[in-house]
This record gives sequence, structure tokens and C-alpha cells, in this order.
Amino acid sequence: MKLKNAWPKYYKKGVVTHYCPGCGHGIVHRIVAEVLEELDLGKRAICVNPAGCAVLAYLYFDFDVIESAHGRGTAIATGVKRSRPDLFVFTYQGDGDLSAIGTAETIHSANRGENICVIFINNAVYGMTGGQLAPTTLLNMKTTTTPLGRDPKYDGYPLHITDVVAQFPGVVYAERVAVDGPAGIRKTKKAITNAFKTQVDGLGYSIIEVLSPCPTNWKLSPVDSFKWVTEVMMNEFPLGVLTDKRARKE
Amino acid sequence: MNKVFISGNHAFAEAAIRAGCHCYFGYPITPQNELGEYMADHMRRLDRVFIQSESETAAINMVIGGAATGARVMTSSSSPGISLKQEGISFLAGFELPAVIVNVMRGGPGLGNIAPAQGDYFQATRGGGHGDYRTPVFAPASVQEIADLTYNAFAVADRYRTPVMMLSDGMMGQMKEPVVFPEPVGKLPEKEWALKGRGEGPSRYLCSLILDAMEMERHNWKLVRKYGEIEKNETRYEEYMLDDAEIVVIAYGTTARIAKGAIKRVRKDGVKAGLLRPITLWPFPRKALYELANRIRQFVVFEMSTGQMLEDVQIALAGKADIVFHGRPGGVVPTPVEFARIIYREYQKTAKTQL
Repeated sequence: MKLKNAWPKYYKKGVVTHYCPGCGHGIVHRIVAEVLEELDLGKRAICVNPAGCAVLAYLYFDFDVIESAHGRGTAIATGVKRSRPDLFVFTYQGDGDLSAIGTAETIHSANRGENICVIFINNAVYGMTGGQLAPTTLLNMKTTTTPLGRDPKYDGYPLHITDVVAQFPGVVYAERVAVDGPAGIRKTKKAITNAFKTQVDGLGYSIIEVLSPCPTNWKLSPVDSFKWVTEVMMNEFPLGVLTDKRARKE
Repeated sequence: MNKVFISGNHAFAEAAIRAGCHCYFGYPITPQNELGEYMADHMRRLDRVFIQSESETAAINMVIGGAATGARVMTSSSSPGISLKQEGISFLAGFELPAVIVNVMRGGPGLGNIAPAQGDYFQATRGGGHGDYRTPVFAPASVQEIADLTYNAFAVADRYRTPVMMLSDGMMGQMKEPVVFPEPVGKLPEKEWALKGRGEGPSRYLCSLILDAMEMERHNWKLVRKYGEIEKNETRYEEYMLDDAEIVVIAYGTTARIAKGAIKRVRKDGVKAGLLRPITLWPFPRKALYELANRIRQFVVFEMSTGQMLEDVQIALAGKADIVFHGRPGGVVPTPVEFARIIYREYQKTAKTQL
């Protein structure tokens, strides 16, 4: 058997990432780079990376990247895409970035049906700042700012923002996947491919939510973290295609 | 040369279009709504971009995105909205991205009101957002100057890769005057640094995150060197009846306009008054003021605020002359008669002490 694409063209070689052992970012980064290569989009791709753990993604991605202020990714992507519709534009955002501080930008870029893709990494905590409560934190889950566990009386409920935007006519493709194992990784790649093609075909907004492990802040081993995604997180955030309007006639 | 009768808000928009502004992003707020409406009416017809954003915060970040591709971009707002844009302006400064931001000031703090005021001087000239940066600030005092300076603001923004602020107020925005617009710009400057996709070349990134403190410090000093160049080359001011002046008014924008009326008035009574009008508020014409203080002892600062530019005047004059301040904040527009009375009073005082 011949190994194809042993190293993705659009992923920098010889670079060690800063991500913790067992973190899902590295997996999703690689998938993104692979799909850009397979669809031949790397030469005209612009990634908007977030404030959060993936703020340093430009050190690993070997295509053009612009950083965004916390939560503003889809507004910047709107500016890039509207100015240069020929470019391929996607954001890469975490749950705090996309569904807390950036909620307005997320909702309205989706509602405008911007022809962009959103890669949404949901790990149920704020990773970079050290594991605080995120909108996506599960009930009773302990974080540094919910030391006794998330109590809905005080902290509300896990926010399902992908389900929210999937209702919008402007959102053409929305799917929730998980990088919890080889099968999940393959499905994630397929979902991201669908999303990227949606933009290439000029159909509009797509969002892929990726349930992703954060062993450091979950205080679990990498192996247990992957299990936790499958066994616990998926109960709150069931996987599947949330909307698919690609066949719609305008 | 076509002379048109047009409002300040429309002039901002038309001048931007002629300067090659490719994208406009904005959110409604009084008293600058006519600017965005003009853009909505014209940009898409010209195959350019107009987006009404969900907030001022989103608008300034769309500006960042557009600017990153090398396009000329603009946003506009009024005081409370400009506060919301400050995060993005700080990022523009950090990224070294060019953009033009129009502030049609109104009374504040808080929601304040929708009447003309000059209370955002500190915010505009001191950076405004977080971090160590400056923003060139142009303060037009007529609708013609709105057109000329807006046109120029895009060139300055591109030349120095910096956000540029146009600081005006509800009076400037709403009033109509005859204007001759500059010719539409020809070829726009090449922007080697813009993100266009890597193509066959190496990948690039735009970031303001510099974790290494030494490197961040280098970036800060690099910005300072750039600001030094801007100070050297772009400082602008107008001198009005200064040749024989014995008392000098310092005022900008609408207030300068009113001050001119006041000066004409007191001149009739033999009061030798003149005006130095800063056109750039940052860089502030410090040197011109300092030199003026070699022969002038009495200065009067007029502002539609409680005294903000006043501090720049104090710094510039460095104790060499007396400064009297008269301010009308809150959206109150002073009259030439009011200013004339103050100039006259101060002139008499000085004349008495000299006797």
C-alpha cells in the first residue's frame, strides 16, 4: 500500500505545535490542511484564526491567515470575502470565541448567509485561559469558575449555537461531528469537505461543530478525554447533520 | 469642475467613493446616518461593497477584513459607536492596516444627545483603544474640507499603513455647503503586504499577537518611528489673520468656524485677533504654536467640550503664554457674539496690564 499525502501540503513541516498532549486542535488542523489540498483551495485560502488556543494556528497552517480579536472572526471573514469573493475564506473558532463573546457576529454572519465556512471547536471550556466556564460547559461539569459544577440556577444551560444558526435560511450546511476516534475523524473530514465545497459552489454559509477533547482542562488523561467525548459530551451535543440546504433552488 | 450643494455627511461618502473606497461597513447612529445611506445608495451600483453590520464592533472588524485584502475601506459612526469601535482600531494599529474611520461627534458621555459636540478629542488623539499607538486625526471645518481631507485621509492611511480618524461633529455632518469634489482617484497604490492567498509563493499571516516581550517592544518602537514620520510630514493647520495678531484663538472644526466670525466682529472694533486652526489634531501643530508664543502673550482656546484640546495647547505653549479657555459642552453650539465677547474681554485685560 502506498501512503498518499503523508504530510499535507498546507501544513508546515518540522514544526512542533504548542497544543497539549491529547488536544483535538492538531487533528482538526491537519484535516483542514488535507481538505484544502484535496479541493485545491490552499493557494487562495484565507483563514481567520481566533483568540484562544488556536491563536497560534498561523505557525502551523501553510496558507494565509489573519488573526481576529476575541469573537470577531466571522465579521473579519465577512470583510475579507466581500472584498475578495474569489478568495476561499473560513474561520476557525472555539466555543467561547464563537458562542459567548462573538455570538452577535456568529448569528448575523450566518443570517446574512455569508459565503464563508466556520470551523467551530467545542471543547466545553475556555482552554487558553485555563479552563473556565464556557457557554457549552455541561451541567454539573466542574471548571475553574464553576468549582462546584455548572449549576443552571447560576450559570444557565449548555448553549447549542449550531442548532440555533442551522434554523436560518442563510445557513446552507451545518453538521456536528467529533474527533473522538478514527471513525469520528473520518466523518469530520467529510463534513469539512462538504462545508468547503458549499462555499466553492457559492451556496452560502456553512458551519461544522467539532466536539474536541481538552485533557488538560478536563483533568483527564488523553485516552479518557476521547472516551469522555463519546460517552458524555455526545449526550448533550448529539452528532449529525443539522441542516443541509445544498439542493435548494434559489 | 462641478460645484454641488451637499451635506457634510454626504460629502464624506462621495469623497470616499472618489478616493477609491471599495468597502463601507457601518451601523446606524445619529447624526451621521446620511453617510451610510449615501453609501447604500451608491456602493452596490458601483459594484462595490456596502454592508449594514449588526453593531459598530462588527463593522470595524469587517473593516479589518477588507483592509487585510488591500482594499480601501471605511466605516463611520458617532460618539457612542466610535467607543465600540476602539477595540478594532487598536487591532488596525497593531496589524498596521490602513482604514478611514469617520466620527460625527455628538454630546456625551453615555448616550448623551444628538447635538454637535467635541467631547471625543481625547479618545481620538490619545489612541482611544488599548495599547501603545496613535491615530492621525483630521478635523475638517467646512464641507469642502470634509471632501478634501477625506480624499487625503485614504492616501495617508495607505502611505503609513495606519487607521486614520476623521473627527467632525453633528454640525459639520448636517450642514450643506457648495463643494467641488476632487477627481476620482486613478491608480491605487500597490499593497505588497495584503493577504491575497499564498498562490505559488510563501504563506503569510497578519497578527498583532507578539508573545515575546522583546519582540513586542521592537514592534512598539517601530510604530513610534512611523508616528514620528507622520508628525514630520502630515501636521496641518490654518493660520487666519495672524500677521498682526496680538491675541490668538486656538479652535478646530465647527468651533474654529464660529471663532472666525467672532474674529471678524472684534476686528471691526480694532481688536487684533487671529486664529490658529489645527487641521490635524494628532499630530498636533505643537511647533507652530510654540513659535507663535515667541510674539503672542495671550491665547484663547474655544471648544465644544470642557477642555480637551486645551491640554495640547498647554503642552505646546509650555508656560510661555497665558491661556484662557471657554467651552460649551453637551451639544450647545456657541455663537460668534459669545466668542467675540470673550476675545474682547481678554484683549482689554491684556491691554490694561500693558499700560
